[in-house]
Amino acid sequence: MLHHTVLRVVSKLLIPVIMLFALYVQFHGDYSPGGGFQAGVIFAAAIILYALLFGLDNTLEVLPPDLLQWTAALGVLIFAGVGIDTVLMGGNFLDYNRLAADGPAGQHLGIFLVELGVGITVTSVMLLLYYAFAGRNPGK
Amino acid sequence: MIEPVIDILLLAFMIVIALAVVRMRDLFGVAMLFSLFSLLSAGVFTVMDAADVAFTEAAVGAGISTILMLATLTRTARRERPRAKGVPILPLTVVFITGALLVFGTSDLPRLGDPDAPIHQHVADRYLQRSGEEIGIPNVVTSVLASYRGYDTLGETAVIFTAGIAVIALLGLRRRRPRQERKTDGRDALGETTVMPTAGMADERVPGRPEKGGDG
Repeated sequence: MLHHTVLRVVSKLLIPVIMLFALYVQFHGDYSPGGGFQAGVIFAAAIILYALLFGLDNTLEVLPPDLLQWTAALGVLIFAGVGIDTVLMGGNFLDYNRLAADGPAGQHLGIFLVELGVGITVTSVMLLLYYAFAGRNPGK
Repeated sequence: MIEPVIDILLLAFMIVIALAVVRMRDLFGVAMLFSLFSLLSAGVFTVMDAADVAFTEAAVGAGISTILMLATLTRTARRERPRAKGVPILPLTVVFITGALLVFGTSDLPRLGDPDAPIHQHVADRYLQRSGEEIGIPNVVTSVLASYRGYDTLGETAVIFTAGIAVIALLGLRRRRPRQERKTDGRDALGETTVMPTAGMADERVPGRPEKGGDG
């Protein structure tokens, strides 16, 4: 654990900030650039940074692939579920106006849920891709 | 006034990097240059005021895809095989003809930022004018992405999900190693030096898996 002391210390400080920034990008996407895609990628990047410095095994303890394969599907299901929900409430597929009494409120809720679904799927898939490639049979 | 200068500088850098990528044999360096290329294109998007696109390009292109490329490098060779001697006549001809056709095709495109371009004549005006009252959020990009074009975004999310599934199907889902086994293994992820500065990638392969293929 003595190696790369500077990197370890700096990244310990930075990783929480990166995650917080990812959440900001996720939930502030209505007002500033960003949204589920970018937030998911940034969040995954924070965890990959952790994996690079503190070992893949520790990361697998925190976010096991068995869990991520479920959350990857969960994100798409949230997105599609919002669509199905609007259909059940008598609207068109993904017609968020049906989610609340007045249009814009429903749109806010719909966009929030949909972006959340995108973020969850993107984070999970990016981490699964990293897990799949990392630490196998190093090249010559 | 300053914008064209920045544009030309960024694009010139991108050309230099593209040429360097073609000439370089060291794939680690190539991955790094690709990252730089993405960062520069994010700069170009910023100059065009496309903040959302620039953000995505910086996060995905310069950030995570570089990591994934480096991780892929651990599975292949670090250096590209030396190319064959002689001038490749046929590929050069194909490339030149394709390039000439593309340049010819651009003559039909509207000028950059032309308000009469077809893309601005269709639904863009309606989105910009009605988004405020219909969706009620300031960022029109988000309202187009998540609401007006929500169906497309659902498709994109499904594509990402499918890509993840495909990689898992090909490479197998990584399993956790039992704790005791790691204790006896006694190696820190950073303890061993490898070709990559990316330490986690130097991790041992998962026990109980066949040496080659047949995963998952």
